[in-house]
Amino acid sequence: MRLTRILAAVTLVAAGLTANIADAQTTLRIGLAEDPDILDPTLARTFVGRIVFAAMCDKLVDISADLKIVPQLATEWHWVDDNKGLVMTLRQGVKFQDGEKMDAAAVKFSIERHLTMPGSNRKAEISAVKSVEIVDDHTVKLVLDKPFAPLLAQLSDRAGMIVSPKAAQAEGDKFGDHPVCAGPYKFTERVAQDRIVLDRFPDYWNKDAVHFDRIVYLPVPDATVRLANLQSGQFDLIERLAATDLDAASKDSRLKIATITSLAYEGITINLNNGERAKHPLGQDKRVREALELSIDRNALNQVVFNGQFTPGNQWEAPSSPWYVKSIPIPARDVAKAKSLLAAAGVPHPSFTLMVPNNTEATNESQVIQSMAAEAGFDIKLQSTEFASSLDLASKGDFEAYQIGWSGRTDPDGNIYNFVGCKAPPALNAAKYCNPEVDAALDAARAASTDDARMAQYTIVAQHILADRPIIYLYHRRWLYAMNAGLSGFTPYPDGLIRPQGIEMK
Amino acid sequence: MTAFLVRRIALIFPTLFFVSVLIFGLQQLLPGDPAVTMAGEEQDPAVIAYLRQKYHLDEPLPVRYALWVEGVVQGDLGESIRIKRPVKDLIIEKLPVTGELAGLAMLVAIAIGVPAGILAAVKHDTAIDYGATMVALWGISMPNFWLGIMLILLFSVTLGWLPASGFVPPDESLKQNLLTLVMPAFVLGNAIAAVMMRHTRSAMLQVLSADYVRTARAKGLSQTSVVLRHALRNALIPVVTLGALEFGGLLSGAVLTEQVFTIPGFGKLIVDAVFNRDYAVVQGVVLCTAFAYIMLNLVADIAYVLINPRLSA
Repeated sequence: MRLTRILAAVTLVAAGLTANIADAQTTLRIGLAEDPDILDPTLARTFVGRIVFAAMCDKLVDISADLKIVPQLATEWHWVDDNKGLVMTLRQGVKFQDGEKMDAAAVKFSIERHLTMPGSNRKAEISAVKSVEIVDDHTVKLVLDKPFAPLLAQLSDRAGMIVSPKAAQAEGDKFGDHPVCAGPYKFTERVAQDRIVLDRFPDYWNKDAVHFDRIVYLPVPDATVRLANLQSGQFDLIERLAATDLDAASKDSRLKIATITSLAYEGITINLNNGERAKHPLGQDKRVREALELSIDRNALNQVVFNGQFTPGNQWEAPSSPWYVKSIPIPARDVAKAKSLLAAAGVPHPSFTLMVPNNTEATNESQVIQSMAAEAGFDIKLQSTEFASSLDLASKGDFEAYQIGWSGRTDPDGNIYNFVGCKAPPALNAAKYCNPEVDAALDAARAASTDDARMAQYTIVAQHILADRPIIYLYHRRWLYAMNAGLSGFTPYPDGLIRPQGIEMK
Repeated sequence: MTAFLVRRIALIFPTLFFVSVLIFGLQQLLPGDPAVTMAGEEQDPAVIAYLRQKYHLDEPLPVRYALWVEGVVQGDLGESIRIKRPVKDLIIEKLPVTGELAGLAMLVAIAIGVPAGILAAVKHDTAIDYGATMVALWGISMPNFWLGIMLILLFSVTLGWLPASGFVPPDESLKQNLLTLVMPAFVLGNAIAAVMMRHTRSAMLQVLSADYVRTARAKGLSQTSVVLRHALRNALIPVVTLGALEFGGLLSGAVLTEQVFTIPGFGKLIVDAVFNRDYAVVQGVVLCTAFAYIMLNLVADIAYVLINPRLSA
């Protein structure tokens, strides 16, 4: 009898708690893998911050899920002056979240802010822009010093975010504490490392596409805990589900999954010319690098480490991308050829150190590569290094090979130019690769006016890079999302951002 | 007592100075350049140069130390490079969270550890003693991280009784606040309870065999009175020391537990700051927790004297 009473009481309490947890569904709770940095589009630098910006700050243009440039704050655009001018027509009747008008003057202010603010992380992205001219209230002209094809893609990201001039002037470099843009949700509150709260902006130009009153972003670094929060009903949507949790999440009837191949790549950067540690068979002889690539089975790597969820690749663009150079497909594993290449190079058992960021996934991956390469005769020593330290060592040239990736950009220029160009920052071109023919092709691709002309240049780049191998590209991540089964209208994009337009709870 | 207090308080300043030099110096040994880390993926050289200059990273070490101390003396602990907010604000924001979690964890620890220790000592060499010792061993050897995940899977995912992680401030909802802290406080308290039980047990055993306890028994006092009024008072001294140390440890951030339960306290703050080379935040938090440690030890010393006035000499 007493036991029955206790059980009844426990059940009542539990029911009460559960009811409390699942409060009224006008709030969308999103579990993020990290805590964003400063929420100022000019100063921001993290991927995860861009997820929050996607709900808060509209851009001049956006991308579609198939990577086409589509209108957002600008409705129409065309190139003039031999591709040295970009004229953009702005959407009429758009307001910032502080009630100010979004017009040509605001666009000029925002672009100039990106270009001139001390510490701006946008300056390099749009440095081709020399000035912004106001043609009329709703038309601007971006004047370039030379043709720069990637500009539109840059304007589809943070460099294209237009901020309220009044708020930005009032707040100065503290604007990130109270950002004011023209997106569907306005900033309400932030508790560092705990939550970012945004509320629906009632005067948003596309308000019919917005269904939740509030979005709360909650950073939870541990992927298992992120999933647990979703399963227990505390979150509605989580990003970066661990590939190893995908099976469990797919079998849970309370959840559904969305995935898409990302713009990111992962690979091995090899020190070719960056200080003393480049003087080494792997750095000096491209036959040794080819042998290393031939010893790796990308499909097996994907199966063993990522449950087959990622996309094997051999270029800076995924095989599904329109910018992938189809004439150079992924090479199959060929241990015999790898051995003969090593014999020809006179180093049948080359030994080198592979620097690996010290997270579980990267460690597992490096161990698989180590054992595959051993079959061809390589002796790889793994050096597990904390991430910030590894960046520092790489830019100083204190490495032989470095397992590192790139989060990816919409335009191919953003995925290759700074990694192999002679003038690229040492932290990105850690191999210190420099080839004038590649530089010429990269510059020609920037100046070309049609996609076909650009593709012809990227084919030249690929022919050099994939033979010289400053980077051996291995695979492309897939963005894995899990969400409450009742959530509808979520579309995954290759850039990994969560666009709230269209998402609703059915 | 006054002389004792003055002596102890005078020691605080050189200790803090020593701690500040140590954190400042040791941090410089970390590989990795904060400006490079903060410049983001793009690694724009202009941004790196700007960050170096803005945060005085290009100045010699002694100059940077002097600049920092000058700020600290004026109550300015610097600014987080990562989220561009004053370190003081971050500490003020996180301290109550960590304080509440630490307080609740200590409550759990004391509520389990002290009675279990007393019971084990009084029922020395019986099944109760062995049982308590076994439970204590379990508590010490259970990794916090693992226990945390298991509790989440049981109470949040399977049963749906408790929120899996996060933190709700008490002024927003006290009930939600306590619900979010139940599991992390238990995980932390459980490990400390085990240590506390062992210490209470051995201290009690020693005291119970002392002459004055035998005298008290000979006077015909009841078992409860002998144990609680005469023995426990003296046995508590090592337990108080331990409690102060453990509480200090909790304040400096229960790193793993805060990470698992996503509690936005000192532990998460400092771990993120170290990984991002956010020096000002690391320095501010360490200085603050060092100060808390020193104060807790002072409180423990005062508590000894109150428990056993002979120690004030």
